[in-house]
Amino acid sequence: MATDKSNFQLVVNGILNENPIFRLVLSMCPAVGISTTVMNGFLLGIAVLFVQVFSSVTIAIFKNMIHPRIRIPTYTLTIATWVTIIDMVLAAYLPEAYARMGIFVKLIVAFAIITMRLEMFACKESVTSSFWDGVGMGLGFMAGMMALGFVRELLGLGTVLGYDVLGFKPLLFFVLPFAGFFCVGLMMAFFNYIEIVYKRAKAIQG
Amino acid sequence: MRTNVMIKRILLALLLFCSLPALAQAELITGKSFGEEGNEIIVNFAKAVDRTVASSLDNYIVYEEPDPDIRLSLHQIEIAEDGRSAVLKFTEPLNTTQTHVVSVKNITPSILETFKVSKSYLGYLLSILIGAMLINNFVFTKYLGLCVFFGTSKRMDTAKGMGITFTIVIVVSAIMSWFFYQFFLKPFDLNFLQIVVFIGLVSLTVQAVDTVLRKVNPILFNAFGVYLVLVIANCIIIAVPLILADNEYNFYESFMLSFGAGTGFLLALYLMSAVRERMELANIPPTFKGIPIAFVVAGQFALSFLGFSGLSLF
Repeated sequence: MATDKSNFQLVVNGILNENPIFRLVLSMCPAVGISTTVMNGFLLGIAVLFVQVFSSVTIAIFKNMIHPRIRIPTYTLTIATWVTIIDMVLAAYLPEAYARMGIFVKLIVAFAIITMRLEMFACKESVTSSFWDGVGMGLGFMAGMMALGFVRELLGLGTVLGYDVLGFKPLLFFVLPFAGFFCVGLMMAFFNYIEIVYKRAKAIQG
Repeated sequence: MRTNVMIKRILLALLLFCSLPALAQAELITGKSFGEEGNEIIVNFAKAVDRTVASSLDNYIVYEEPDPDIRLSLHQIEIAEDGRSAVLKFTEPLNTTQTHVVSVKNITPSILETFKVSKSYLGYLLSILIGAMLINNFVFTKYLGLCVFFGTSKRMDTAKGMGITFTIVIVVSAIMSWFFYQFFLKPFDLNFLQIVVFIGLVSLTVQAVDTVLRKVNPILFNAFGVYLVLVIANCIIIAVPLILADNEYNFYESFMLSFGAGTGFLLALYLMSAVRERMELANIPPTFKGIPIAFVVAGQFALSFLGFSGLSLF
């Protein structure tokens, strides 16, 4: 069973239709925990993109050799291997950012999104499709994290990527740790609202 | 005969006289404890002490037991009205989990008086448990395990089942991880394998509980079996072994932390499911229906859990 979507469609699907954070509601821990700035979201996004792409490709290559009964432990160990690699790379080359992200880089191993994509997609599809699906999911996660980080940083600190944009701090509330919950909830509601308006406009047109 | 008894009595009296200072010294300090403030040590004396000697900062030497070279700097010493208790105030907050050694000069005949101040170990263990359960609740203050948290908190029965299954799995897997870390990873310098080993042990535990439960108690398996797969997608299950390894906890501390994490998750799920069952009946705007409103409620819970910070029972 091969997917009939083109590579480009797979990437767009990951970013919009099946966005890991706002649509699938998976891997919420970093979305709430460390989405305080755009930079944090970008760095963790890169780590997740790396792990997602490489585990998808690995599983797609070896899918015929994995016995169905032990597939979940196999997926977990594959992800753990790639997470160990990105963890050590980040610790060596970007120690400052690594310290800021703390335990979350190691926790990528338990992010539901990666296991789910392996189970739903990579174990059935070709290597190329799995690669592009991994890229789409990783970029979708990164986009979601950066959108959250953008809103929280702009509203909380009045800055974007560390540069002062507004010159004042509108709502300090948004950078406080627990505001992650409110921010995610409000943004999801916002996207739902856009969807409802869009569907209504389409219904009137058609 | 008579002289013999006399000599014996004199000797006994001499012995008593000589040992008097030692006895007095042993009983001079009747109580010592950490103060409420976090930067105090309170000392009680059996009899009133010399005010000028006892309140001089130079007469005290205080350090943590593992680092005798690092002297803690005293800020002020307050002597009570009757001169029978003193409060040592330090410039910086004390790490009250450590045993502190206090030496006092000149207040006793033997010149130097040394004693140790520490918290009771059981209280320390309980404070780890309370800390993991309420103060640093993994869901509401560390923001971990949210996928499973939002997925299984729709019904109260589901929430209870997930919480109990999770508590069992986390205690078993955390203790196994502790064992592997202390006896294999650390001695052989294999720390880079932490993630692989810990997640492997979790998979193993889940598989083992699954197999055992299926054979031993099929009724219980039907009730809790479906949650076992979800346990592995929960960040807390891998975060706890990593925290144990980072803090070098011993066996009892590991048990308490993992048990606290499990029960804290159960508590969070239970509270959330109670609210979400009520929300089914409420009139919520269509844009907020389902997950978005659940996030807002979780945010309010997180705010209220902030109230536990600073809670210390022991």
